[in-house]
Amino acid sequence: MAMALPLAYASSVVNPFEAGRLSFSTKATKHKKHIYQFRKVTKVLAYYGLANPPYKLDALEPYMSRRTLELHWGNIHRGYVDSLNKQLANSPLYGCTMEELIKTTFNNGNPLPEYNNAAEVWNHDFFWESMQPNGGRLPWGGVLDQIEKDFGSFSNFRDEFVHSAMMLFGSGWVWLVLKTNERRLSIVRTSNAVCPLVWGDIPIISLDMWEHAYYLDYKDDVSKYVNNFMDHLISWHSATARMVRAEAFVNLGEPKIPVA
Amino acid sequence: MALRTLFSKKAFTTASGFRPIAAGDRCFLRQARGLTVAALPDLAYDYGALEPAISGEIMRLHHQKHHQAYVTNYNNALEQLETAMAKGDASAVVRLQSAIKFNGGGHINHSIFWKNLKPVNEGGGEPPHSTLGWAIDTDFCSLEALVQKMNAEGAALQGSGWVWLALDKGSKKLSVETTANQDPLVSKGANLVPLLGIDVWEHAYYLQYKNVRPDYLKNIWKVINWKYASEVFDEETA
Repeated sequence: MAMALPLAYASSVVNPFEAGRLSFSTKATKHKKHIYQFRKVTKVLAYYGLANPPYKLDALEPYMSRRTLELHWGNIHRGYVDSLNKQLANSPLYGCTMEELIKTTFNNGNPLPEYNNAAEVWNHDFFWESMQPNGGRLPWGGVLDQIEKDFGSFSNFRDEFVHSAMMLFGSGWVWLVLKTNERRLSIVRTSNAVCPLVWGDIPIISLDMWEHAYYLDYKDDVSKYVNNFMDHLISWHSATARMVRAEAFVNLGEPKIPVA
Repeated sequence: MALRTLFSKKAFTTASGFRPIAAGDRCFLRQARGLTVAALPDLAYDYGALEPAISGEIMRLHHQKHHQAYVTNYNNALEQLETAMAKGDASAVVRLQSAIKFNGGGHINHSIFWKNLKPVNEGGGEPPHSTLGWAIDTDFCSLEALVQKMNAEGAALQGSGWVWLALDKGSKKLSVETTANQDPLVSKGANLVPLLGIDVWEHAYYLQYKNVRPDYLKNIWKVINWKYASEVFDEETA
């Protein structure tokens, strides 16, 4: 689901006889350059783009104001994308997909400088898609079944999620993840830019608990923000789609062996 | 301003914001133990007095909501700690450490922060002279260099935290330090004494400066109380 895909990338798929329009120089094609006589040598860089949220900026009113989204997406998220592109311009890490980049730069807990920007770009893309206008209320079908199986009931899950968000000290995120090893849903709290992808888990829903996410609308009333998110913003449609995809990687149920 | 202090229930506070339990307190701790309760210290200026560097709305929310929450939660955590210690419940004692560190740190840091600020017409922003001024010139080349360094470190801090002008009690050297979340300065070194601290949590500036933290850092120097920093410096280097 990584929306931030590289927009252009150097590859050997380009027709070398169209050399006048697009030329590139990589290690693999340095000798080809000599054969095909490229006139220009320009470096093609992959840039991550700022994806739009899947709704208009005022669609989440009154639970998340247009002004908040203008600043949060337009300034802060955009700032992370720009910083990341600047960092990658001179970095050997250029050319990865976003998930690869996050896992590599996390470096098992000793993050490289690009980690913060990369993870925050991904986190915010994921967050916009975790919300929708007229969201909230209850999930259905498989997601609801799995929640009831792993938390006892939906209201247990809701209480645990809200409690986890309230107990976060500092900046961070609260996630509903599917744990790949334990094969169950779980609520995880991370600091600053940390993302559960780095532990190999599959995120299903996220909530941004950085103050910039709610301060303009709720000031210090964190509990109201979290409850509004649960009741009116959370996108169970996205969660269902993500669960469907996750089940391709994690075996959740016992296989149904027919009794002959 | 003085009237407010006279009628305020929390009028009597020591420098660090702590006071002993008084008989008439609306107290939620056992009185018999003589335990000390943390209390929200009063500001020495009105909420709007630091405008336009820091808006009155931010000061009010910051003091009445955020700092008060730290004080309340710190007291609750201490009460629970006391119970756990009495019962000999070691796992509860350890579990409470993060709440104590966070809320206690928040109380300590903000108590210092209010004293670090002063309205312009009362001397806020006036550069330091004599001892502290010379020490800054020695350790940082100039005041401008120090301000630039603190602004750079404050802007680069990921997430929430504080940027400090610290004095090492042992070597008598000044340094610029950052701490994450509400960690107090001593968590960076037991010998470090905070002279100035700048809160770079988003709640300290978001309503006014939005996400442009560098602008907040540039403007806050207009209301920084160098007199307090000098006093602490002289006390520690005496």
